[in-house]
Amino acid sequence: MLIAAAVLFLLLRLLPGDPANALVSVGADPEQIEAARRQVGSDLPLAAQFVRYLGQLGSFDLGASFVSGVPVLDEIGRRLTLTLPLTALAFICAILLAVPLGILAAVKRDRWYGNLISVISQLGVAIPVFWIGILLVTAFAVKLRLFPSGGFPTSGWRDPLMALHQLALPILTIALVMSASLIRYVRSATLDVIGSDYLRTARALGAGYGEALIRHGIRNGAVPVISILGIELASTLLGAVVVERVFSLPGLGSMLLGGIEQRDYPSVQGVLFISTLLVLLVGFAADIVQRLIDPRLRGQSGGRS
Amino acid sequence: MTALSARAHRTHRSVLKATTAAMLLLMGVAPALSAEGGPDATISIGSLYEPQNLDNTAGAGQGINEAFNGNVYEALFRLNDDGSVSPSLVKDYTVSDDGLTYTFTLQPGVTFHSGDPLTSADVKWSIERVTSPDSKSSRKNSLKPIASIETPDDATVVIKLSSRSISLPYNLSYVWVINDAAKDLQSTEDGTGPYALDGWQRGSQLAVKRFDKYWGPKPENGEVVFKYFTEATALNNALLTGAVDVITSVQSPDSLAQFKDNPDFTVAEGKSTTKLLLAYNDRVAPFDNVKVRKALARAVDDKKLLEAVWGEYGTLIGSFVPPTDPWYVDLTKVDAYDPESAKALLAEAGYPDGFTFTIDTPNYDPHPLAAQFLQGELAKVGVKIVINVITANEWYTKIYKAHDFQATLQEHVNHRDIVFYGNPDFYWGYNNPKVVDLIKASEEAKTVDEQTEKLKEANIQIAEDAASNWLYLYPQIVVSKTSVSGYPLNGLNSQFFAYGIKKAD
Repeated sequence: MLIAAAVLFLLLRLLPGDPANALVSVGADPEQIEAARRQVGSDLPLAAQFVRYLGQLGSFDLGASFVSGVPVLDEIGRRLTLTLPLTALAFICAILLAVPLGILAAVKRDRWYGNLISVISQLGVAIPVFWIGILLVTAFAVKLRLFPSGGFPTSGWRDPLMALHQLALPILTIALVMSASLIRYVRSATLDVIGSDYLRTARALGAGYGEALIRHGIRNGAVPVISILGIELASTLLGAVVVERVFSLPGLGSMLLGGIEQRDYPSVQGVLFISTLLVLLVGFAADIVQRLIDPRLRGQSGGRS
Repeated sequence: MTALSARAHRTHRSVLKATTAAMLLLMGVAPALSAEGGPDATISIGSLYEPQNLDNTAGAGQGINEAFNGNVYEALFRLNDDGSVSPSLVKDYTVSDDGLTYTFTLQPGVTFHSGDPLTSADVKWSIERVTSPDSKSSRKNSLKPIASIETPDDATVVIKLSSRSISLPYNLSYVWVINDAAKDLQSTEDGTGPYALDGWQRGSQLAVKRFDKYWGPKPENGEVVFKYFTEATALNNALLTGAVDVITSVQSPDSLAQFKDNPDFTVAEGKSTTKLLLAYNDRVAPFDNVKVRKALARAVDDKKLLEAVWGEYGTLIGSFVPPTDPWYVDLTKVDAYDPESAKALLAEAGYPDGFTFTIDTPNYDPHPLAAQFLQGELAKVGVKIVINVITANEWYTKIYKAHDFQATLQEHVNHRDIVFYGNPDFYWGYNNPKVVDLIKASEEAKTVDEQTEKLKEANIQIAEDAASNWLYLYPQIVVSKTSVSGYPLNGLNSQFFAYGIKKAD
């Protein structure tokens, strides 16, 4: 975590430009520019800036935005109320789509629709997120007028139906992209299970094909899929940047982009710090869930490579 | 086999059913927000310029002027949409014969949104905020002639100048009058305008509500919501789907077609002050040579560029002054497109085989396109261009501050900004003593006519010197729903007065 913070700090400072520039505009005189640099501390040597940053980090203080003067942690908290539900809902939708379709594609791999699912999911992996977003906006917002083209209501989640209505298209966008790759993993995990010895044994003991698959297959197949789910969830959190831009959503991603454009270092560092933390947490949670499902993984945490 | 497929089908169908139900439920919640019109209507204004904070002396950006000038904060004077300046919080004023003492009488009965009455002390405090050492206002320089501000009584402000300043009322039009008891001006406000801040959701929108104790005429609507977008396409979609009522300025011509032929929308073209220019660093060779600059001006077919970027919209200009400034003169004939004479001039200047230079090009539209166009045009007269793409932030450090460049593309948005050519330390380094004197003298002029004469002369001189290469004037296009009217068209200095906007029932 400390190494990540240091690398981040240095990389940001290597970018040409100066955070003070966001504060002054054309017409400002040299004294005004120097005053702005003093205010944000970009006139200090790099080492001094780093020590100051570490000191703040130590007390879990992410500082205040150079541009707006608002404490970064507060702003991140506000924006997470959008990004977290957006990611979580999209994730649930993706699972609801991918698991049945993936299993279907594996079980019915010799039928035309089983193949069709595989082909479409391959295609889905190749299509960029923003393109799907734009297509959905054109179809459902501009042409059909079923959903708004973007934005988030001022009332936030106090009116949950309204908020969901606003977020429907972004959720669908992320869910479609995410499920495309999930379907492939679910399908191959299911194929492994179908070809396994224990399933054949269960069948030999008289269980029906479906019963065997459900009693023995799902649990076994779920283990590899869950580690993939963890990675997918983490990357969706970060991938929200693009979707938030397409749909003009005031989430973590738009905060990050704005921060980079203006060289607002505290905001950028804060967002990346918190998202690194979240990614680690998600990975940890995925690990725990795997252990709960698969007793063989328990009690040998250090043993397996 | 059959058992499984039946079960799979069933789960599949129930998932499908649940999804459909959820979708229907969601669609039922159609936003009934911005549908109602009338005197208490909510007007949604779509914009690409979100303010960074709420204080225009703390680097908030042009967005804060759009949302707050004349809406939330008022000044002693108001710059009207037609370019004229009229008294706002000033009821009356007198100027001494030597032009050095201005005595302002304030409007009576004005209250701040917090309930405090407006006094002369608030005005003094507000002006001193802009001129203070901490101020990041780009206009600080123009208030330099102010020597002292006195407040003999609550309703009177006396400003003493060190030299005449004919533009003082104009310059005071962007000095917000703020309650001197206000604490946090970066995220709250305390102004005297017809609207008070009602909520700001960073990254999304800013709402202002009609202020019932406003001293002037009641606004034509009850509430105004500025909705912010980072992408022009998303903004256009919002107007198409009814999420916003009006777009303050359309930035891409391609999107106009979908509004133009649609009776639900009005496309209106106002007068712009935004100029696109190829600015040379006039300090360095070969751009210190007038002949080279004139040659490059003649080598570029501005009309072709304007048509490529904006189609039928926009205006050609022969200098830095747009037609809305009183000192406009049609100078498009000076160094008009003529590649043959451009080649001759280059040879005369000692560059018969041309030369190579770098254009530092901001990475957003239309600069990259313009740079490529210039590359093609100048190649025809033997001049090679290297395009170096930079971000807006780098532009400020490298060009504005360090003057480390040969040439750059930039847009200048403000009204009355010819004065930049009177400052030899400005980034483009144009230094003609005659122009410096004319611009200084124009500010110290006794009458507006005298000021206009002097600036006209300066304007003609910078065109003769081809100080920069002025490519074109952007169009200013406002698109709205047909049911919405009464909005400002020109948006001078990024202002967008909302109090006149009406929405039909």
